[in-house]
Amino acid sequence: MNRVLAIAGVVIRELYRRKDFYVLFVLTALITLLLGAVNFFNDPKIVRYLKEVCLLLIWISAVVIAVTTTARQIPSEKENRTIFPLLAKPVTRWEVILGKFAGCWLAAGIALLVFYLFFAVISESRGGEGTPAPKAAAATQVAPGPQAHDDHAHEPGCCNHAPASPNPWLVYLQGAWLHWMMLAVVIAMVLFGSLIFAAPSSNATIMFIVIGGILLLGEHLNKVALRQTEPVQTILQILYFAIPHLEWFDLRDFIIYDHPPVAFGPCALATAYAAAYALLLLVAAWLVFRRKGLTT
Amino acid sequence: MKPVASPWAWLALLATAVFSIGCTLHPRTAAWRERAASGSILQVVLGEGRRLFANHFFVRADVYFHSGYYPSIFDQAQKPAPTAISGTHERSQDHAQEHERQMAFLGPPRDWIERFGRHFRVTEHTHLAHGEEREMMPWLRLSAELDPQRVETYTVAAYWLRTRLGKVAEARDFLREGLRNNPDSYEILFELGRLYFENDHDVVRARNLWELALRRWSEREGRKQPGEQDLFSLEQIAVRLARLEETEGNLARAIQLLELARRASPAPAALDAQIAELRAKLSETSTPR
Repeated sequence: MNRVLAIAGVVIRELYRRKDFYVLFVLTALITLLLGAVNFFNDPKIVRYLKEVCLLLIWISAVVIAVTTTARQIPSEKENRTIFPLLAKPVTRWEVILGKFAGCWLAAGIALLVFYLFFAVISESRGGEGTPAPKAAAATQVAPGPQAHDDHAHEPGCCNHAPASPNPWLVYLQGAWLHWMMLAVVIAMVLFGSLIFAAPSSNATIMFIVIGGILLLGEHLNKVALRQTEPVQTILQILYFAIPHLEWFDLRDFIIYDHPPVAFGPCALATAYAAAYALLLLVAAWLVFRRKGLTT
Repeated sequence: MKPVASPWAWLALLATAVFSIGCTLHPRTAAWRERAASGSILQVVLGEGRRLFANHFFVRADVYFHSGYYPSIFDQAQKPAPTAISGTHERSQDHAQEHERQMAFLGPPRDWIERFGRHFRVTEHTHLAHGEEREMMPWLRLSAELDPQRVETYTVAAYWLRTRLGKVAEARDFLREGLRNNPDSYEILFELGRLYFENDHDVVRARNLWELALRRWSEREGRKQPGEQDLFSLEQIAVRLARLEETEGNLARAIQLLELARRASPAPAALDAQIAELRAKLSETSTPR
């Protein structure tokens, strides 16, 4: 375990020596603060657009940091020939894989903590009181637009007002936690990819496409499959059940629209799901690494 | 390998190339400057593609109105997308049920992945209220910035600004901006008239604006085939103006306008009763005692 932590420590030190994180954080902060300075109809309380943009930048930055940091770990060890003294310590190949994973994951976690702290401070300082609790949830009048009749009222249950989040910090914490769990799967996937693909650049590019594809299309593959003919339908269905559903870990809508946090049970199950996929990919990486030559 | 020319020759060649490109681009940049002067930098940079983004941002405002509960493009492929903020529906009583039906896009989960995934997405149909409607405004402002010819953006934003957010001055400024960009829009004139009538209680201005809106409607929609005309707007303008004339005591004009509205209305029975009532009033006032 100490050897794994030692390898992880080196990876974390590498993150704060490199400029990737600082550049991405400064960019995120700069864009968010600039957007926060924009005046919309003299209303300083408008905050959700800012939350949305800031969270989007955090998601992009976190994935970029996780993928680029992980993709170069094993290839650079091989290229610099430091893999030989590392394995001669003696450190087993499984420990190398686990150490690299732990390092990248913890480094991504530290970065995520800074990002989410910045986000929480910005959103709470701007107008974090949340939505006030509805006085009458049912049969409240909602005028749909300028051309609609004024005496319009929705049916009871149609236009319940958004329930107020009891504690926004709890949703932020949950959002950050699930985001970190998602990064565990991403990092394990990239680590596995770094043993399959020849260069870190090709691995990173392919992983960006795969992650982006899963996040955007993953949950809709079953719907798309229904409209296809065989064998595309079966292939898409297999893909739908095989891929890690990273979109589950995206709680941005809950944070942006002040919804109450996800129940503990599903949150714990999602964590277990991420851990299982990460472990599966790490074992696959170890199996490949075990039989792989160490020369480039 | 010997160099083919001295560095000075290369420098001279590059300087000539730069000068030539500069001369070629100068007339084009003048055209860009003209375009930039007539519109925002976003319009210049994005060109016609800005209309797509404008539409996307308008939809974004609707997503905010529903607090994130909104169909994706894959859900929309099965059912058309609803728009609650724009109010394109005809009858308010039916709207609630129709809107609720449109928003029931999720349906029962198809498999365990979908069932479990619903814990992590917004599945409750709610609307913004209690001043939270302000959160839609940045997207509507941005949509208007990108496509100043999109009339709906101005009328929708102004509606929410003046009725829910109490920002009448901002709504007026935004509608005036819209009118500058769309001088022939009867929709903006109608909404501006409503603002003057309902918020400022300025009857004279409201009447002038609605009369102008009626004229603009005739100019624009009069040329169209009967089935393609925007009769809903005509009914709205005529009814509002008739109410105004009635309160001001111009009953003859009010009857005239209600008859116009009657021709545009899909359910003229209610208007018939009002016309009969006004006629009775008119005959009472005109009969010498």
